[in-house]
Amino acid sequence: MTNINSSTPMEKLTIGGDIYEAGNARDFKTGDWRSIRPVFNVEKCKQCGLCFPVCPENAIPVGKEDLKRKDFNYDYCKGCGVCAKVCPFGAITMVEEGE
Amino acid sequence: MSIRERLSGNEAAATAMKQINPDVVAAFPITPSTEIPQYFSTFVDNGVVDTEFVAVESEHSAMSACIGAEAAGARAMTATSANGLSLMWEMIYIASSLRLPIVLSLVNRAVSGPLNIHCDHSDAMGVRDAGWIMLFSENNQEAYDNLLMAHRIAENENVQLPLMVCQDGFITSHSIENIQLEEDEEVKKFVGTYKPKHYLLNDKEPIAVGPLDLQGFLFEHKAQQAEAMKNAKDVILKVSEDFEKWTGRHYGLFEEYMLEDAEIAIVCINSTAGTTKFVIDNLRKQGVKAGLLKLRVFRPFPSTEIAKALSHLKAVAVLDRADSLNAIGGALYSDITSSMYTENVHVPMVNYVYGLGGRDTKSTDIESVFNDLQEIVKTNKVENPYRYLGLRKEEK
Repeated sequence: MTNINSSTPMEKLTIGGDIYEAGNARDFKTGDWRSIRPVFNVEKCKQCGLCFPVCPENAIPVGKEDLKRKDFNYDYCKGCGVCAKVCPFGAITMVEEGE
Repeated sequence: MSIRERLSGNEAAATAMKQINPDVVAAFPITPSTEIPQYFSTFVDNGVVDTEFVAVESEHSAMSACIGAEAAGARAMTATSANGLSLMWEMIYIASSLRLPIVLSLVNRAVSGPLNIHCDHSDAMGVRDAGWIMLFSENNQEAYDNLLMAHRIAENENVQLPLMVCQDGFITSHSIENIQLEEDEEVKKFVGTYKPKHYLLNDKEPIAVGPLDLQGFLFEHKAQQAEAMKNAKDVILKVSEDFEKWTGRHYGLFEEYMLEDAEIAIVCINSTAGTTKFVIDNLRKQGVKAGLLKLRVFRPFPSTEIAKALSHLKAVAVLDRADSLNAIGGALYSDITSSMYTENVHVPMVNYVYGLGGRDTKSTDIESVFNDLQEIVKTNKVENPYRYLGLRKEEK
């Protein structure tokens, strides 16, 4: 299923583009859609835990052991800025891509 | 054993739906198809079907609900006419591109405007390139029989396309004629149960239906639809063969009436074929070798077969109950002329746009067409192939 790409012949494509497999958003790195990028300031972060639940892309990884948020996963972050908006401590700033 | 009854075309369609007993029917009333969901809702209310009836607020929603139901793995049906189909337009394409074998009963009516509620084929012709299988029915019997065959065609794994069964608004839908119905149990056996390979409510296989399909993929998915439409031809013939074995009633891609030895012929669809047969019977008594090709399967278009069936004729008239307003002729005429050209068959051919907005097409009208054809044979000249039948014009 995930082997389907833009050189797959029509006979091998599913009908209507249906996807017969769950959880495949991981296979599509959408980080390059981003025009602005969140920058994480670990000094200001209080690990309050407000940012990662609001991320629509699950692009804020949280340590399984220490339960602390880590730096952004830029492979999937689309730069929506919701995390920066909810952060009470100014630990996330949005900057233009390419700056 | 068949049951002899007398039913209107709408009653016949509703009866077929009752016997098919689909999982979901979502419909919105519109003349002249209103009675189909109306009768069907009484079946639901009386508990004679197990169907979930969704009384939607528009035809757009009716088709959307059918799409949702069918994608979920249910068998879904609906009915509409004219502007109802126009309002479904967006979802008509979604249904076919998602390859959902929804069955629609289309009672043909003029698409407004000017505002009109009577029969012509402008509704069906408007969606002729939307990727739906389109079957046409001369009378209540054919509307019933086509519906009984519909699911087996549409749901076939080499097809998986939505299908509409057309009949003429009022002329067929509201006139009561004799009909042979089949037993409920026999219908159930013939239609079978719907077993889609992939469906949304399958908890063993979470799937996504209708994802974004950009430059790299849509082209191939459209070609898949085209391939399925080509496959549909053989499937229609196979299902029709099984249907004949069961009921004794024969159906092909089209019906040839006195065509084999004919010199001149009319090509038409739906109820006008009945009038044409009546005229042919009279002309035959006078020694005129007139014939008819009545098209049943309009999509997929049986181009090779039609070109072959018409190849021996000296002149042909194609009757279109919808004007394409394109300055060259109606849709049926366009498809038939291009089929003939492709098959390298040349027969003098004329097109008549007729019966718009429910204008009666009388036997004398059909006679005049055969007279014109005889004139063409005599003079070997076709002047102005794009004509009107039964139109009022100032005398010149």
